[in-house]
Amino acid sequence: MAVLGAGGGTSSYEEIENTDVILLWGSNARNAHPIFFHHLLKGVHNGARLYAVDPRRSESAQWADVWLGIDVGSDIALANAMAKVIIERGLANTEFVERATTGFEAYARKVAEYDLARATEITGIPSNVIEEMAVAYATADRAQICWTLGITEHHNATDNVLALISLALLTGHVGRYGSGLVPVRGQNNVQGGGDMGALPNKLPGFQDIENDEQRGKFEALYGRPLPAKRGWHLTQMFEAMQAGKLRGLYVIGENPAQSEADSGHTRQALEGLDFLVVQDIFLTRTAEMADVVLPAAADWCEAEGTVTSSERRVQRVRKALEPPGEAKPDTEIISLLAGALGRGWGNPSAEEIWDELRSLSPPHQGMSYQRLEDLGGLQWPCPDDSHPGSQFLHARLWDEVVIDPAPFMPVDWAAPVDRLSDDYPLRMTTGRHLDGYNTGVQSGGFDSPIRIGCTIDVSPEDGERLGLEPDEVVRIGSRRGEIEAPVRIDPGLRPGLTFMALHYPDDVDINELTIEAWDPQSGTAEFKATAIRIDKIAVGVQR
Amino acid sequence: MSETVSIVIDGVSMAVPAGSTILEACRSTDNDQPTLCYLETLTPVNVCRVCVVEVEGSRTLVPSCSRVAEDGMIVHTDSERVRHSRKVVFEFLASSVDMSLTDDATKGWMDRYGCDPTRFGPQAGPVADRDHRHAGHHHAPTGDTAETVSQPVKVDNELYVRDYSRCVLCYRCVEACGIDAQNTFAIAVAGRGFDARISTEFDTGLTDSACVFCGNCVGVCPTGALMFRSEYELRNAGMWDSDRQSVTRTVCSYCGVGCNLELHTQDNRIVKVTSPADHSVTSGHLCIKGRFGYSYVQELGDLAVTPIDEVLARARR
Repeated sequence: MAVLGAGGGTSSYEEIENTDVILLWGSNARNAHPIFFHHLLKGVHNGARLYAVDPRRSESAQWADVWLGIDVGSDIALANAMAKVIIERGLANTEFVERATTGFEAYARKVAEYDLARATEITGIPSNVIEEMAVAYATADRAQICWTLGITEHHNATDNVLALISLALLTGHVGRYGSGLVPVRGQNNVQGGGDMGALPNKLPGFQDIENDEQRGKFEALYGRPLPAKRGWHLTQMFEAMQAGKLRGLYVIGENPAQSEADSGHTRQALEGLDFLVVQDIFLTRTAEMADVVLPAAADWCEAEGTVTSSERRVQRVRKALEPPGEAKPDTEIISLLAGALGRGWGNPSAEEIWDELRSLSPPHQGMSYQRLEDLGGLQWPCPDDSHPGSQFLHARLWDEVVIDPAPFMPVDWAAPVDRLSDDYPLRMTTGRHLDGYNTGVQSGGFDSPIRIGCTIDVSPEDGERLGLEPDEVVRIGSRRGEIEAPVRIDPGLRPGLTFMALHYPDDVDINELTIEAWDPQSGTAEFKATAIRIDKIAVGVQR
Repeated sequence: MSETVSIVIDGVSMAVPAGSTILEACRSTDNDQPTLCYLETLTPVNVCRVCVVEVEGSRTLVPSCSRVAEDGMIVHTDSERVRHSRKVVFEFLASSVDMSLTDDATKGWMDRYGCDPTRFGPQAGPVADRDHRHAGHHHAPTGDTAETVSQPVKVDNELYVRDYSRCVLCYRCVEACGIDAQNTFAIAVAGRGFDARISTEFDTGLTDSACVFCGNCVGVCPTGALMFRSEYELRNAGMWDSDRQSVTRTVCSYCGVGCNLELHTQDNRIVKVTSPADHSVTSGHLCIKGRFGYSYVQELGDLAVTPIDEVLARARR
């Protein structure tokens, strides 16, 4: 989204209730973002046509007018073929393209390489269906593309996102009410973390750490120089650990020993550190490996602060409970640590920290605690105290004269890194159950009547071909490791495709299987595309 | 400016935006009309009939929650006919249903209309077969007692219970489970007449039904018929104490949608989670994780077990 100048979803949830065409692309929001899906279903009930692009006929895809059962990792071929159809049929918004974008010719040349026959071969989707979705999207008055990790947990995640953004630029489906690009975030403050500069190259408010003027504002306030060069992202840090270049690590609220792809490698890297500090509300697997564990308060109910949602809405979290034992809010721990390092700045309140942030980050300037309280949150950019917040982004692209037009970024399809072969003939993809969350340390604790635990889900066809029975425990192998899990037959899977949920690493660590191939720009690993084999363990062994 | 229509309510002329209901027109002033089944976030189903008003020229009383105001309409909300109708509706409901957990506003309305639910005689005792009654298989009542919907509480899972002795059949749960919010359609009204009841398909237990345990039915229930297991257990243990509870608004930690939570806490424990109906993200609705996935912050092992923890632990398998 940096293409458009700011890293955030362009639309508000309300707009999906009032749009005409929805492309739900690589997202099982019905499970992973259930209340966003309430808004989406309002749109469907109001007459929007829903296309679901998903390898699985997921709980979300079951609501679609058209389900496009795409082969894992072929999204760019689909997007480029759609663009070719749109251009050839004269359905591009040429006036918008000319006024508000740059680089159309190169983009048109690139997508011209993706004719329908080639796209069908790569994606597994019939040509007429690709055509139908392209025409529906291009001719809609309002249209939205929504995506989640099905787009971003790939080795070419950034290219996947660029391909979708280009579709919106081609058709003018951005910067208007009801038309937009909506990445739905997986955690309550993924958006806010990025907005606050928890990125290797950014300062708060999307200011560039390598830009002297922008960095200078922070240096002036702090009274000292800041590093002028971007840092490493997560995957680069693990590579640096393996290379012995990174020797100490301070982990706050992450469980990489279980959440990272190829967990065997990850744990080796963590074990090789000279010094590991983990600050968490749990004694996670990562914390068990630490030299020092700093017990933290749960940010959403034991501390004060703000988080930012997928519609850029900054909202307050508040303290409802006293944290247990010696646990303290993250901000307090960091302040104490600074004091111990001889650079004490006292123990500022969450509001004081927020007010400092507002003084440095223009899009947050107008968001005082009082306004956040009174207005039920505010959507950035909100540059001053009278600004109502921004329902959608990039309206400027519809100005008569567009100062800073958005560039088309042509991209090529590249197959998933973990190739299928005779030894590893099945594709495994990952996702969430309705009642599960990430590595399960939070969601594992409550008594969910619908928890089914970790299974290897296979299509009825593969189940029959391999002679698998429901609940039969099988051995699942990839080029990196082997695990065991019980079989579940899922008619929503196509032959050749298997699925595992990621919430149960203590029972079945699926990241023994996944590949740490990662996207060079975002650092995201390819959790969604693992080549596996399934072997029966022994006749009659049942869990 | 949107168009307005002019109506007269209880002799007072007013202009309201076109499309407003009579109820919205009333509530835009301080004319307090009683409602039971109506909720701002749900489609009106017109079943409880306590909001009926008299419209001049209309043969029958009309439900103000769904009747749209028309230009020149003359409405009476406090005529003898309206008062009598509301009184009897409340009396029928309260004579047959346990309304002791219904909110104070409802109790106030019942006082306003002089309701006496006991005038139909003592309440009949509980029956176990309400879920299996068939039309036409009834004995004529003796008239010695007032028929009731009293029946055993359904406790079939760890997250919420169904006490249909308290159910006034307002349909809110059906609406919230259906097209107005959750779109799961796990429950509907089964049976006819006095046998009508909220049911899963074939009266199966919740864990065998289509229910996904979002708790949105519980969130909209006005009578306590649907109750979170935590509240149910604490009430049974005599430990539910709303005077010692506080409500803190925060944001759910389980995904990036930004659902607002209201954490109801007592003695440093979360005992119930709701969401504000007037918030644009949730309209009061949550998913299973946001509604129920909080135990990890307060199940601290043997280190710190409070009396509340002991009660809540009893609800677990």
